[in-house]
Amino acid sequence: MISIPLESGLLLAGILFALGVVGLLVRRNVVFVLMSLEIMLNAAGLAFIVAGARWGQPDGQVMFIFILTMAAAEVAVGLALILQIYHRFKTLDSDAASKMRG
Amino acid sequence: MLELLWIVPALPFLGFLLLVLFGKHLSRTGVALIGVGSVGISGILTILIAISFITAPPAGHHFAQTLWVWIDVAGFTPAIAFYLDSLSMIFMLVITFVGFLIHLYSSEFMLDDDGYSRFFAYMNLFIGSMLTLVMGNNLLLLYLGWEGVGLCSYLLIGFWYQDPANGYAARKAFVVTRVGDASMAVGLFLLFKHFSTLNIQSILTQAPDLWAIGAPVATAAALLLLGGAVGKSAQLPLQTWLPDAMAGPTPVSALIHAATMVTAGVYLIARMHVVFALSPIAMLIVAIVGALTLLLSGFSAITQVDIKRVLAYSTISQIGYMFLGLGVGAWSAAIFHFMIHAFFKALLFLGAGVIILTHHHEHNMFKMRGIRKQLPVTFWTFLIASGALAAFPLVTAGFYSKDAIIWYAWSSEQGSPLLWVAGFVGAFITAIYTFRMVFITFFGEPRMEATHKPGIRLKIPLVVLGTLSVIAGFLNLPETMGHFTPFSDFLHFALPAVRTFHETLTQEFFFQIYTALASLVGIYLAYFFFIRKFEFIVQFTKTTFGAALQRYWFSGWAFDWFYDLLFVRPYIWIARINKEDVFDLIYDGIAAISRVFNRMFSFTESGRIRAYAMSIVIGAIIILTIAVVL
Amino acid sequence: MTLTFLYLWFVIGGILAWISGRWSKNFPRWISLGFLSIHMAVLIIIWIKYLAAQSAGIQSGPWIMEINVPWIARFGIHYSLALDGFSLLLIVLSNFLGIMAVAASWEGIQYRIGFFHFNLLWILAAIVGIFLAMDLFLFYFFWEIMLVPLYFLIGIWGHENRTYATLKFFIFTQASGLFMLLAILGLYFVHGASTGIYTFNYTDLLGTPMSGTTAFWLMLGFFIAFGVKLPLVPVHTWLPDAHTEAPTAGSVDLAGLVLKVGAYGFIRFMIPLFPEASFSFAPVAMILSVVGIIYGAVVAFGQTDLKRLVAYTSISHMGFVLLGAFAWNQLALQGALIIMLSHGLSTGALFILVGDLQDRIHTREMGKMGGLWDTMPRMGGYAMFFSMASLGLPGIGNFVGEILVLFGVYQVSVTLGIIATIGFIVATIYSLWIIQRAFWGKNTQSWKLHDHNPREVAIMVIMVVGLMWMGLYPQTILNTSRQAFKNMRQYVYNVFQPYHQKSSAYQVNPARDEMTEKSLNTAQIKPKDGDQK
Repeated sequence: MISIPLESGLLLAGILFALGVVGLLVRRNVVFVLMSLEIMLNAAGLAFIVAGARWGQPDGQVMFIFILTMAAAEVAVGLALILQIYHRFKTLDSDAASKMRG
Repeated sequence: MLELLWIVPALPFLGFLLLVLFGKHLSRTGVALIGVGSVGISGILTILIAISFITAPPAGHHFAQTLWVWIDVAGFTPAIAFYLDSLSMIFMLVITFVGFLIHLYSSEFMLDDDGYSRFFAYMNLFIGSMLTLVMGNNLLLLYLGWEGVGLCSYLLIGFWYQDPANGYAARKAFVVTRVGDASMAVGLFLLFKHFSTLNIQSILTQAPDLWAIGAPVATAAALLLLGGAVGKSAQLPLQTWLPDAMAGPTPVSALIHAATMVTAGVYLIARMHVVFALSPIAMLIVAIVGALTLLLSGFSAITQVDIKRVLAYSTISQIGYMFLGLGVGAWSAAIFHFMIHAFFKALLFLGAGVIILTHHHEHNMFKMRGIRKQLPVTFWTFLIASGALAAFPLVTAGFYSKDAIIWYAWSSEQGSPLLWVAGFVGAFITAIYTFRMVFITFFGEPRMEATHKPGIRLKIPLVVLGTLSVIAGFLNLPETMGHFTPFSDFLHFALPAVRTFHETLTQEFFFQIYTALASLVGIYLAYFFFIRKFEFIVQFTKTTFGAALQRYWFSGWAFDWFYDLLFVRPYIWIARINKEDVFDLIYDGIAAISRVFNRMFSFTESGRIRAYAMSIVIGAIIILTIAVVL
Repeated sequence: MTLTFLYLWFVIGGILAWISGRWSKNFPRWISLGFLSIHMAVLIIIWIKYLAAQSAGIQSGPWIMEINVPWIARFGIHYSLALDGFSLLLIVLSNFLGIMAVAASWEGIQYRIGFFHFNLLWILAAIVGIFLAMDLFLFYFFWEIMLVPLYFLIGIWGHENRTYATLKFFIFTQASGLFMLLAILGLYFVHGASTGIYTFNYTDLLGTPMSGTTAFWLMLGFFIAFGVKLPLVPVHTWLPDAHTEAPTAGSVDLAGLVLKVGAYGFIRFMIPLFPEASFSFAPVAMILSVVGIIYGAVVAFGQTDLKRLVAYTSISHMGFVLLGAFAWNQLALQGALIIMLSHGLSTGALFILVGDLQDRIHTREMGKMGGLWDTMPRMGGYAMFFSMASLGLPGIGNFVGEILVLFGVYQVSVTLGIIATIGFIVATIYSLWIIQRAFWGKNTQSWKLHDHNPREVAIMVIMVVGLMWMGLYPQTILNTSRQAFKNMRQYVYNVFQPYHQKSSAYQVNPARDEMTEKSLNTAQIKPKDGDQK
């Protein structure tokens, strides 16, 4: 089994995370925002896997499964919210839903 | 007999209770029966007690009766207990007897009033409280009666409550006397601190041992008590409430503001005479207060047009005489004047009441004039009482009582020529204003017709009091005229005799002649100016000086104006501007500050998810940078 | 067991009243009244037994009854309740005013009646708990619990500006409670550090050795909490708002009971726990209370809202209580207690009167009143009586209390005694103003109103009788509380002698107290010669 160097794995995770952040910040469409969030979560999960493989510990995989479950739940709630937003504002623009401003 | 003492004040209280509870359902006759009857029975009882007290005096010429311990805390044990000696006996007799006559009079006087039962309820409460005041064996019980009569005075001045002016007069009376009461309360604190008791007799017996003559603390105690006395007795500087108190029904003025309540101060000083005697300064101040008051209010009385206000100022002035008597140590002379004054002043008020009642409730003397033919009984009794007030020599009781005070103002050890001059001038002025009132009201061309004739219940008190205003004087004849003094002999069981320099009989005789002359000349001057040459007065009041003087005296030496400026207005002003409570500003300030912060930070809550995400990212970057750098 | 009953009974009653409110409007009222009456019967039995034991000379420890079992032993928290004459009287007052509050809102409250009575009874439960708790943790627990039902009571059934008032009230009391919590914890740790025993128990904490500065800061924590409740002048502004906006029952409870909780805290906890710090602070506290006496009266006079006026008078009256507490002699303390009781009655009655008036004319503005004596002489008469009580007319309970406090204070400080006496004058001004504006004068608005009905008359008569009883024979109350105050004073004197024995009236003078004791015993058998010595 060829072991991927730790650095490459972490770099990939970092790039993925940065892409997610940028997506989160620049996209106004809520669906894309949700997707960016998923990317960031998976980037974090990847970092855990890589680290777990490096130390030969199962904790990384445990954490990844944990993140996976959480992401699933988050997507469920997020999509429900998106449907509601679309239903109410007739748009998917996240800036339109700014009723919570102080 | 003496064991029944407690019933004397209990009966009027019972009458009050019955009238308050059932007054609405009783007929007027029923109300009058309870109201007058309770005082009448208590009067009869007082007379019986007096007879038993005089014929078979108890040991030490005093009698005490304890009903129950009122408060008992760590050595502070005032009781609901009554004390009877010759001083309280005389006050009880006057209160119940004059009180009964005035109640009888009121039963006709107030007949047309809607508040008939309310009136008698208040009057009974007053008699009960006044009796408690003079019978209490400790100062706290005395204070209970003291405040109780103040309450009744308030209620009765404001009896016709619909008129805001009456309400104002009532409030003024209560608040001004309360100022005096506060001083008296402090006096009680001081006495308790030093004697560990409020029992009057134990204070009086302990005081000479504990305090030296002229000790500052004795002066303080005496002056604090004097503060209470000047409030209740309308003496300088708290005299301003009494003229306004005339807003009440006339029987009230007769009972409360002439005969009984306003003399409570005299009673207090006489009762605490040992404390006063320990402080020559306080005694002097009492005498000066009396002398000044009798002069100031005498001058004010000359200018009044309202018959009741003339009488009010003359009451203040006569109580000034009592204070003068007390101040020079002539205790029994002061008490004698109190009794005589109660008779003739009550009579004057009752007579004025008849006039007012039968003349469309008109108070202005100048609008009546010449009514002696219409009301003969009233006229003659009023004349007798006026004679007594003006100290008409030999035949009126007022001469004997007032002459004694003026004489002692000269001859007593604490007396002085200046005090005598004040008393003498006062007697002169008294004669002038009294007969000015008589001549204006009863003589001259009639301007009004009496609407109806007074009934029998109005006349009986007039006649009885008129008789007393003559014969009561013979209870205490001076040395020059037979030296028949059962009154002061009786009082000397409770009060010490006056200590005089050894003046000769001739001297006393000449001084009596001066006093008599003052009275006669005063009456003549009143006749001259107000019957014969009335235009003189009219002319004089038209000059600038005359008009100013008249206005000044008419307003009671502008005390009201002064107090208004000094106390009333600032108080109202402070209360008004501080309605919203200045301390609330502090908390409003705190609230405002939090609101500012709220506004400062609330713009970050834009509601845009991307902005939040951005700030999270920036925050994360900053923290990471810090972590890396450090 | 009885002690637990005393507060638990109200907890149960409250829940039952709430549930029963679903079926009928009258069930909660009758249930509350029934629970209160049974409670009152129990209290009276305890009271009579105690008085009998006292006059027979049986002394069994400092408490009438007590219970002390570990609750959370790990932290030294005990379920510790105790009753002495002082707390007994205050619990009787709570119950009495509870009955009055239920009676006064019999017709006025028509909305969510079950929940209303639940709150009413739970307030009482918490207040009884406060008066019983002898463990500081438990005390704090009840102290905070009290606020919640009170918050609902004002917030739901209050008048137009209730949201503001409830919020203000809650913030003030909650924030001040926090200081007390800190002080309690501080005391707990200081005591633990110096003795090794970590406990919240009141009797154990008495006489905790600590440095002057620590004591001062801890004392200040208690002082703020109790001072806000009392209320003391700079921190009083929640009171007029809360009282004015509360429904009648709420005002009665606030004025009659919540303020008393503050006073109780001063006397029971603050001074005995920190005697030295308290008495070094006494000049400040006493000046604040004198300022309160006069300031409250002046501001009261300036009000145009009748209920607000009455609310401000409370500040003035409670000033006397604190003054008495800090004078710390038997006279002043017993006087303070009598004021607490009689103020509860007289101010409670005035609030009920204002409530009755508001039910009839739908305003509290005094400008719209005037001449009401014409149409409601009975109400006018009662208003007159309670105004007179408020200005301290002798023969009414308030006078006995105030004069005792002043006699006591004068022994400590002549100046403060004199200034406080001015309170008599300013009280006269506002009291007479109430009568003048509401009942005297011309009936300019041509009000034609029905006078007090039998229910209202009954409330008033009971209050009048209570006040007259306290005014003319306060001995029943003084006998009940005497021993309690003596005990507390003894704790303090064991540690510290306040006022440097300037006057003999300060010390627990065995000779003098003995004499009183003796004279009392004879007094109950036959009338004796009072103060003739």
